[in-house]
Amino acid sequence: MADLMTDFVGIKSPNPFWLASAPPTDKEYNVRRAFEAGWGGVVWKTLGEAGPPVVNVNGPRYGAIWGADRRLLGLNNIELITDRPLEVNLQEIKAVKRDYPDRAMIVSLMVPCEEEAWKAILPLVEETGADGVELNFGCPHGMSERGMGSAVGQVPDYITMVTRWVKQNTRMPCIVKLTPNITDIRKPAMAALEGGADAVSLINTINSITSVDLDLFAPEPTIDGKGAHGGYCGPAVKPIALNMVAEIARSPEMAHLPISGIGGVTTWKDAAEFMALGAGNVQVCTAAMTYGFKIVQEMISGLSEYMDEKGFASTAELVGRAVPNISDWQHLNLNYVTKARIDQDLCISCGRCYAACEDTSHQAIAMSEDRVFTVKDDECVACNLCVNVCPVEDCITMVALDAGALDERTGQKVAAEHGDWTTHPNNPAVRTAAE
Amino acid sequence: MDARTLKEGVVAGRLDSDALASGFADLHKPLSDHEALVAADRCYFCHDAPCITACPTDIDIPLFIRQIATGTPDAAAKTILTQNIMGGMCARVCPTETLCEEACVRQAAEGEPVQIGRLQRYATDGLMKKGIHPFSRAASTGRRIAVVGAGPAGLSCAHRLAMYGHDVVVFDARPKAGGLNEYGIAAYKTTDDFAAREVDWLLKIGGIEIRNNTALGRDVSLDDLTTEYDAVFLGMGLGGVNALTAPGSDKDGVLDAVQFIADLRQVEDLSTLPVGRDVVVIGGGMTAVDAAVQSKLLGALNVTIVYRRGRDRMNASVWEQDLASAKGVRIITNASPVAVHGNGTVREIEFEFTDDDLDPTGETFRLAADQVFKAIGQKLDGDNLPDLDGRKIAVTGAGRTSVKGVWAGGDCAAGGDDLTVTAVAEGRDAAEDIHAQLMGR
Ligand SMILES: Cc1cc2nc3c(=O)[nH]c(=O)nc-3n(C[C@H](O)[C@H](O)[C@H](O)COP(=O)(O)OP(=O)(O)OC[C@H]3O[C@@H](n4cnc5c(N)ncnc54)[C@H](O)[C@@H]3O)c2cc1C
Ligand SMILES: Cc1cc2nc3c(=O)[nH]c(=O)nc-3n(C[C@H](O)[C@H](O)[C@H](O)COP(=O)(O)O)c2cc1C
Ligand code: SF4
Ligand code: SF4
Ligand code: SF4
Repeated sequence: MADLMTDFVGIKSPNPFWLASAPPTDKEYNVRRAFEAGWGGVVWKTLGEAGPPVVNVNGPRYGAIWGADRRLLGLNNIELITDRPLEVNLQEIKAVKRDYPDRAMIVSLMVPCEEEAWKAILPLVEETGADGVELNFGCPHGMSERGMGSAVGQVPDYITMVTRWVKQNTRMPCIVKLTPNITDIRKPAMAALEGGADAVSLINTINSITSVDLDLFAPEPTIDGKGAHGGYCGPAVKPIALNMVAEIARSPEMAHLPISGIGGVTTWKDAAEFMALGAGNVQVCTAAMTYGFKIVQEMISGLSEYMDEKGFASTAELVGRAVPNISDWQHLNLNYVTKARIDQDLCISCGRCYAACEDTSHQAIAMSEDRVFTVKDDECVACNLCVNVCPVEDCITMVALDAGALDERTGQKVAAEHGDWTTHPNNPAVRTAAE
Repeated sequence: MDARTLKEGVVAGRLDSDALASGFADLHKPLSDHEALVAADRCYFCHDAPCITACPTDIDIPLFIRQIATGTPDAAAKTILTQNIMGGMCARVCPTETLCEEACVRQAAEGEPVQIGRLQRYATDGLMKKGIHPFSRAASTGRRIAVVGAGPAGLSCAHRLAMYGHDVVVFDARPKAGGLNEYGIAAYKTTDDFAAREVDWLLKIGGIEIRNNTALGRDVSLDDLTTEYDAVFLGMGLGGVNALTAPGSDKDGVLDAVQFIADLRQVEDLSTLPVGRDVVVIGGGMTAVDAAVQSKLLGALNVTIVYRRGRDRMNASVWEQDLASAKGVRIITNASPVAVHGNGTVREIEFEFTDDDLDPTGETFRLAADQVFKAIGQKLDGDNLPDLDGRKIAVTGAGRTSVKGVWAGGDCAAGGDDLTVTAVAEGRDAAEDIHAQLMGR
């Protein structure tokens, strides 16, 4: 079995699966159970400054969207940082770390934007024996109204400033957790790097309203007739998170900045995808909140099996492997021509591909009297929509035409060489250059 | 096993009331809200869905299932009832395994179709429970139409005509409306007096008068009706039964299966209904299965269905055959009755094995029997009817008969497949045709 041991900014853990800072890591009882279940590390639920802790709402704090069979696809929350006293959390962190020295113990922090506040809390964290800190610049609700969380994370200068304070006041590795509620994720990431961050982690939750109560006419979750936006997470956010991770990973200036990938990681495969795009490890919240801690067993066995199949001896061989293939649209090969192919043995004749292509795409699927569905190569633009709507996996596949073959749609032979927009005759820039 | 079980002859009270109640309980339990959502989630919302094509009434199945899935089951019910006013009964009695569910693409995909029938029942039951009748009558046209037979065909026709503003009088020979819904369908498919409740609900449309105990040919003639009404629809089903020709068939204890079932459906207390210890049912259709299963549920010790052809030729679906087997009914195929033995009352019935062409093989056997049910097919009853095609009323198009102004549909008309849902479809389509013709469109 492949070795899943991971070294992330010098912090070792038996596997790359950490629990993200959130309810699963809010207290000793949970974290001990998580470690017993096999999690490689945890980022403790965000701590605030000493003194009276924050309070949470006493009505519902989660909203959700579901797929078929009420499978939870997206979760939204209006929870704040830990609402338990600082001393209690610190004692518990110390006790757990002592008993599980081989697991990563990161402490998430969010204190006011003043150097004194950071100076005060960092020694207390160090004293617990924790392996590192994560700066929560991401929480998009409640705390941001008080000038913390995403209110800091949305201003790159603040990120640099606070990160610097932290680096100056502790020897612990510092991970900066980014908010996705910005337009260009590279700016805050660069700011963290400039401040001396050892790594970034992303994404925190996305501003969201999951639903509206159509009787009360109020956003859900509804607290006494009102609702506030919350933070969105779970499988639905994975595509957004993957892109943000990729954006950072492929920036030459940040090529060596370690990334902890977060956002919708639910299975070993999601984790492997984040890692292939450059994440050194992953953090999980919603999947654990949906299914419990045991899912890590599937993540461990799945990733090991995959790595064995690929012949990867360590996770480092997987990390960043897809980064060179993240490209820009303008460099995609326009001479790569595919056509949809329907496997008639697998087809169950539901007609969804037909409805999709006929009503909304390119009228490239023919339907016979007896419900046999076939692709018209002279119409198919290879958009992939039929593949996406077909309920049977691998029933429709996109098959590449060989170089020299005739593309019946364009009437042209498939060119062997690469040809993209930068050299395409329809590109105004190319035309100007030629003139 | 106690003395009551073993007692010879045709006696009542073989089982106690608990056993009877559980045996005759709903065959398919209604879906709970949660079950309905889970079941509805499985529908792919197919394009030009094959399940719709397979439904004789063309219910828009993907649409109504989507309406259930999105939390609007009453809208789903309306989608169903617009096409099939007896959607509630059909949800209970349709052999879905040979209709919509057989065609469901998830049957092809996984061998487990979407539970269309049960979802249909979920939606229609919900609406009926609220007492909502979602249709109303158009302004009166002043036209009067006579419908003969208050079965699924007649009632479906009457409802559609009433909706268009016509006044409808339905004549039925029996004391209660509903046709075989009331007198024929197996009790465990339509529990809690559903057939009667559905008729009451259907009549809420208004404009339909039912005249029970009034038979065509006895109390009124077709000529009377054509003279007095603007149009006539014949939906009188198949009142007669085919005769058994084997010697001894006239002995006591040899009965029509449909009569036995009608008695069973009408009896107040099942423990008062007598049944034999050794019951033999002759036939291979739904009636045979229903008579056999219900005999078993009444407490008959040995129940055997004997069919003259092979299993694959049985009209009862494989699902129905399996139901019979599961209830402990034995099925013997390729055997024809040759003699009924007994001194005045049947004691034994003798069969001869036949080959696939029904040629006798010379091999015979006897089964003990104190009750024999004939389920060898029903036939059209009556004289002075429009022209026949074979043994049923000949029709063209949407049920037009050889007599001008007279339509026919359901079991009495040629061409159908003797199912409740087909009767509903034919009644509806005839109503559309009648309406179009009366209104000159
Ligand atoms: C035992 C049994 C079980 C069945 N089980 C199923 C099942 O599970 N699923 C299924 O889909 N189908 C089943 N069927 C078939 C189904 O019941 C019929 O196809 C359906 O009822 C036909 O409807 P109809 O309106 O044409 O006739 P019917 O339901 O037979 O109604 C005819 C009506 O006309 C009346 N009538 C007859 N003669 C006259 C007259 N001269 N004057 C006035 N009124 C008259 C009758 O009293 C009756 O009310 C079963 C049939 C039987 C016999
Ligand atoms: C209820 C809840 C509370 C959270 N609290 C915190 C928090 O205190 N600090 C933090 O950095 N992130 C917090 N998060 C964000 C998660 O750590 C994580 O970044 C986000 O949920 C995306 O990962 P996921 O898709 O695996 O859930 C919280 C998330 C949830 C659902
Ligand atoms: S790939 Fe797109 S254009 Fe081609 S058949 Fe599929 S849906 Fe139609
Ligand atoms: S969507 Fe897939 S299964 Fe359905 S008809 Fe098209 S190819 Fe067949
Ligand atoms: S065939 Fe099955 S899956 Fe398709 S629409 Fe009908 S019920 Fe739904």
